[in-house]
Amino acid sequence: MDWGFFAGVAIAGLLVGVMYSLVAIGFVLIYKTSGVLNFAQGAMVLFAALTFVSLHEEGVAFWLAFAITLVAMIVLGILIEALVLRPLINQPPITLFMATLGLSYVIEGAAQLFWGTQVHQLDLGIEDVPLPLNTVLISQFDLFCAGVAGVIVAALTILFRYTRTGIAFRAAAEDQYAALNTGLRLPRIWAIVWAVAGFVALIAGLLWGARTGVQFSLSLVVLKSLPVLVLGGFDSIAGAIVGGLIIGLTETLAEVYVGPYVGGGIDQWIAYVIALIFLLVRPTGLFGQRSVERV
Amino acid sequence: MTLSRTHLTAIALFFVMALAVPFIPSDYLFEAILTPFLAIALAALGLNLLAGYAGQVSLGSAAFMAVGAFSAYNFLLRIPGLPLLLALLLAGVVTAAFGVIFGLPSLRLRGFYLAISTLAAQFFVQWVLTNFNWFSGGDTSGIINTPPLFIGGVAIDTPVRDYLLSLAIVSLLTLLALRLVSGRTGREFIAVRDNELAARVLGVKILRVKLMACALSSFYIGIAGALWAFLYLNTVEPAGFDLDRSFQLLFVIIIGGLASIRGAFLGAAFIVVLPLLLSRAGAALLGATFDSGLVDIVEKIILGVLIIVFLRIEPAGLSALLARLRLDRFFASTL
Repeated sequence: MDWGFFAGVAIAGLLVGVMYSLVAIGFVLIYKTSGVLNFAQGAMVLFAALTFVSLHEEGVAFWLAFAITLVAMIVLGILIEALVLRPLINQPPITLFMATLGLSYVIEGAAQLFWGTQVHQLDLGIEDVPLPLNTVLISQFDLFCAGVAGVIVAALTILFRYTRTGIAFRAAAEDQYAALNTGLRLPRIWAIVWAVAGFVALIAGLLWGARTGVQFSLSLVVLKSLPVLVLGGFDSIAGAIVGGLIIGLTETLAEVYVGPYVGGGIDQWIAYVIALIFLLVRPTGLFGQRSVERV
Repeated sequence: MTLSRTHLTAIALFFVMALAVPFIPSDYLFEAILTPFLAIALAALGLNLLAGYAGQVSLGSAAFMAVGAFSAYNFLLRIPGLPLLLALLLAGVVTAAFGVIFGLPSLRLRGFYLAISTLAAQFFVQWVLTNFNWFSGGDTSGIINTPPLFIGGVAIDTPVRDYLLSLAIVSLLTLLALRLVSGRTGREFIAVRDNELAARVLGVKILRVKLMACALSSFYIGIAGALWAFLYLNTVEPAGFDLDRSFQLLFVIIIGGLASIRGAFLGAAFIVVLPLLLSRAGAALLGATFDSGLVDIVEKIILGVLIIVFLRIEPAGLSALLARLRLDRFFASTL
């Protein structure tokens, strides 16, 4: 066995996994504070990337386009909270999930209606020259993404641990009634969380968009991050990262080493099978809390 | 066997649908609207048994439609002289077995954990059918064509015959479903949905009921898949049973009404007619600047908004709206 090649494949897999984690973090934020599994996270990634790239192509400067898109995502988050989620308070989780499924159709449709359906190229100005490490080549762009993911996780950890808003988030996640009793305004907290999730979606959209081009299929990254969530637990940011790494690694290794024997394409489903087997053994995920309703 | 009013209403409506045939002049109506409507309604009915009655939401229904279509195809291809109806029945049984296998996680998982695990079925089945062309009789891209269909020597080769065969099968299965949900099976499904622990205390065997729901639901969806492939599309590829189709079926039952048999029919009618209305309306309003891509996008937005609106305002769907209009009483008293 060629260990150099193996290491290259493994590292590439881990870096892809980080990209999955980036999307998964957006889910975790919303699930943690409001108990909603937001299927529309992928649509938000698409919406953010399309808005940014269209503005940028119109000649708007990078940072200005970034700021405008961020504002759009925050407005979107506040609208979703007010129009979709607040009226559905106290409904079973699966109803909320189906509502976000409808929401994802609306956001995807709206994004395409506004900005059209053609594929946009997105250049973030990061050179993608493969770095040679011993005998293994590593994509510089993927390393950059991993760095960004690290910064986001660090920032979110600081937010949740040390700021007033973050502590309010955790209170809402812990016990909604108790949080209401202490005078926290849950709708406002949810609006802020959706806005933060919008920001994460924007970052994920830019990085994924630069990798694959900004197009409709961008919203399908949601399907790649669901098994990551199952593996890591829906309410753990650390779980999203570890889950992403595991899924990225096994998926890539399986595709390279097992794929050729069965006609390829097993990366379409292998993540789900891993997650499924894992669920049967440990339904809470790696880092999920026991209190999450299961059986 | 006594028949309830619901049964009589259903039987009357199915008779009307059969007797209307000579009065419908164009094949278009059968080909493009009525036959797909029946197939979608049957699949949605199957999903409703699982998601609406037993409370186990599945995002993999399209995969089970594919299993039904491809197994019916293989039974007809590999067993010469096998009667069509028997092939459909066997396809339903094969799909039911699949449903039980992929339903096993439901014993430990609930809510969207289960929904996500059903995505495994969705992607896995599509991949198998695309990559292993044994299932499509050797076609390299996994496409199957409808073989010549006969029932008792009569060729099923015109749109009207396709429609009548669909109608006969769908009527039978619908009446069976009505019987099941109003009996012990339906009550056990609902008990498990509403409160698993309470159901267990009352002596409902959770394991058996959940697997029964999976099997029954898949049986219906599998036969619907075969009808969809053979009587409506005639040429079908695995990609035709993708995740969007699964979502579509879920939307049908949300819009039509969860835990309602007629809800599946109302929702299916809505979902089949909506794009046709939109493209007519678009062509009339916009004229030359109008294209079909726009219809898809607008349809998507409308569907998404409707899902949210229905979940908010009328969680029991069109079926509940109909009940409020007392139309069913009207039908029951006049027919």
